[in-house]
Amino acid sequence: MQTTASNPAASTLQIAFSLNGQAIDIAVDPRERLLDTLRYRLNLPGTKEGCGEGECGACTVTIDDLPANSCLVPTFQVRGCSVRTIESVPKAELGPMLAAGATQCGACTPGVVMTAHWIKQHSQVLESQTLRALMAGNLCRCTGYDGIIDGVRRWIGGPQ
Amino acid sequence: MQRLEGLSKLTGAERYLDDEPLEGPLKGCLWGMTVRSPVSRGKITRITYGAGFDWSQFVVVEPSDIPGPNETYLIENDQPVLAPGYVRHMHEAVVLIAHQDRNLLRRAVASVRVDVAPEPPALDFRLTPRPDQIQRGSDNLLKKLQIRKGNIERGFAQAHKIVEGEYETGAQEHVYIEPNAMSAWIEDGPTGDVVVVRGSMQCPYYVLNALKHALKRDESRVRVIQSPTGGGFGGKEDYPSTIALHCALLTLKARRPVKIVYDRSEDMAATTKRHPSLVRHRTAVDQNGKMLAQHIEVILDGGAYVTLSPVVLSRGIIHAAGPYTCENVLIEGKAVLTNSVPYGAFRGFGAPQTIFAVERHMDRIAAALNLDPLQVRRVNLLKDGDTTSTQQVIKGGTDRHALLDQTLHIANYDAHKREAEKFNRTHPYLRRGVGVATVLHGAGFTGNGEVYLNSKVDVAGRPDGSLEVLAASTEMGQGTNTVFTKIAADAAGYDIADVFVGTPDTFRVPNSGPTVASRTVMVVGKLVERAIDELARQVGQNGSPLRGPALKSAIQAWHRANPESELKGRATYQPPPDVKFDDKNYIGDAYATFAWGVCVAAVEVDLRTAAVRVLDFVAAQDIGKVINPVLATGQVQGGVVQAIGWALTEEMKFKDGGMHNNTLTNYIIPTSDDVPSIRVHFHENPYPHGGGGAKGVGELPMDGPAPAILNAVAHATGADPRAIPLTPERLLPLLR
Repeated sequence: MQTTASNPAASTLQIAFSLNGQAIDIAVDPRERLLDTLRYRLNLPGTKEGCGEGECGACTVTIDDLPANSCLVPTFQVRGCSVRTIESVPKAELGPMLAAGATQCGACTPGVVMTAHWIKQHSQVLESQTLRALMAGNLCRCTGYDGIIDGVRRWIGGPQ
Repeated sequence: MQRLEGLSKLTGAERYLDDEPLEGPLKGCLWGMTVRSPVSRGKITRITYGAGFDWSQFVVVEPSDIPGPNETYLIENDQPVLAPGYVRHMHEAVVLIAHQDRNLLRRAVASVRVDVAPEPPALDFRLTPRPDQIQRGSDNLLKKLQIRKGNIERGFAQAHKIVEGEYETGAQEHVYIEPNAMSAWIEDGPTGDVVVVRGSMQCPYYVLNALKHALKRDESRVRVIQSPTGGGFGGKEDYPSTIALHCALLTLKARRPVKIVYDRSEDMAATTKRHPSLVRHRTAVDQNGKMLAQHIEVILDGGAYVTLSPVVLSRGIIHAAGPYTCENVLIEGKAVLTNSVPYGAFRGFGAPQTIFAVERHMDRIAAALNLDPLQVRRVNLLKDGDTTSTQQVIKGGTDRHALLDQTLHIANYDAHKREAEKFNRTHPYLRRGVGVATVLHGAGFTGNGEVYLNSKVDVAGRPDGSLEVLAASTEMGQGTNTVFTKIAADAAGYDIADVFVGTPDTFRVPNSGPTVASRTVMVVGKLVERAIDELARQVGQNGSPLRGPALKSAIQAWHRANPESELKGRATYQPPPDVKFDDKNYIGDAYATFAWGVCVAAVEVDLRTAAVRVLDFVAAQDIGKVINPVLATGQVQGGVVQAIGWALTEEMKFKDGGMHNNTLTNYIIPTSDDVPSIRVHFHENPYPHGGGGAKGVGELPMDGPAPAILNAVAHATGADPRAIPLTPERLLPLLR
């Protein structure tokens, strides 16, 4: 909510975008964060706020198939884009993450899963980057990261 | 057994407080926010509510709105709920404001000006305060404690050498990923209205006691419920009492539900931190490194109010001599008032600070005697039958010497050492080294604390024969619910599908004590087992305790015979036999048992930048019986990485006594790319008085990494670092 703290709204913008495959048409304050639109207006609270300044990655979503911190994105900027949130990740795929201990308190977890899911779908990035480097945008304070890294490795399959 | 709520966390379905729709009891909810002090100390002269707002549309709470004493109930009750005309630290709560529009509220709160006539703050706990900085007694001391064993003068008289050292540790912020959040509303009850508080917390009964005290209500008219909690690490031990009181006061004044959710910067600035410390060692040793006398001074920065500092200091001094035995010991501890945010509970609770000092000091003793640091540890390490600084006789059958040797083997210590020395001869600017720390952690409350707590657990037998564990112990990520389910299922001979763990709700669960001090599995887990025994006795014939399907049928039969009745077995804490502590003189069994650990760190230091990287880390732990290997391993790995952050990067910067870097951009916790895989080894030695044979695991992992890493940096570079966080700025001058 920080972006709208300074002054009352001047006007709203009407925008359309795709959210988890569904068409959304919504009026937004130009300073409204995508994170708040998702959580408080579109009833998708699976995306979490950890820091509100793009450091922790708890609010990770994908925009046109690229991971982004939704706390740093004004909602109007996703006009015409395809946005995907944690709610779009199939539950049935997450067994390996659970077994490895990838979640403890769970507050960072949706962001972790979004990044991991993106890596899984773009596994060629592992040819030039380590998994630990690719996951470094998602801060976790509970696991020490081994549970996450092992979980993603098992989920992706194959050695890393 | 897999984490019970794991899939709902992985899919984002878990609902933390800020995720919940404003429906049900939260229908018509207002948002609450806090106006805070702009300075460290002084008298409030004026509060100005900004122009341009219709203040009749806001709910404003000032100290005069507090029904009972303006005190946060804890050890000394010296911390006000709202600053009573006088502030003692930056960001102290002054006024509370609520409104339905969260954005408008933010602007309104920002418009409030608090004028303070400043007085000289005490900001450095290491310095003797000037007369105009004295705010408590004659010396600003919050607490003074001492441990005395033998006669240190005798030891110093026999010394081959005396080794001295001063060690410092900094404040640490918890950075639970879910910031503090609380909601409150009013319900009707049989004896009047009931203030219900629901939120993120570790200790529902701490919150309950705080509400009873300041709201002047008995427990029938205050109710505390835990919401899913996204991490705690001690940061949600005492602070939730404050935010719960704020929320309750707003809801009482507004007669509407209120929710307060901190953003990260407010959470970092206004909530508790780990106590900064200064520890001085003066040690008499013989030629072999055997300690003949230990004189240790421990000074903690307590911050502006007493809060938990006396007990943090207590645990700190009891751990200050390390896992060693010495005939002559004098440990003098004090916690000092400063005008900073009150320091509070943080994983380890004083022990990581003093263990950092003693474990770094052991390596410096070795260096002074030109001995191997491992030899100095071996000649002093506690064996069963030896006594600690409080004269506690160590028993339990853990061979700490074997644990050390085994850990060195797992860690490839000798190879690391050889390779590092070879590497350092040839590399132009990188230096590698390896360091060790041997540690202990007292499990459960200190001294007679568990006896005073007198914890209780109920296990309910439900009409369908299933069991429900009713305890105030909270799940905050560490796995309480999963482990209690497993302990209860094993004790009852049940399938885990027939065991449930109730939500901590003070109207439903008895006080099983706070979720702190590595006590949940060991102490409360044992009560779960005993409550099941009690339940089984109630439904058994001839008093024989039933198990498995027979127990289930008996519970079902009991309910058929007693319709509409509740069936519960209750257990109340009983100390293990022969555990005795004199808490006046600090003599005796400071803890019913200790967990033991050995850490080995391999590091690389870049001489150009003075950056330290941990290359390999092994943590071996004796935590009794491991109940759930995935969860226990995760506790150790998470604790080690949190300690790596404390050791190397997590620096709290102050400006005028307040946290200046209160953002995750400037307060640097480790990422996945900053740390290696943490290799964990468990040495299992079941503890008969712990739930499922377990001892505490939560805090031990925090104790060893910082000294092991600094010992490794010393080995790598020849430098003598004695303060953490060992940032490049702090290390560079030591590299010459």
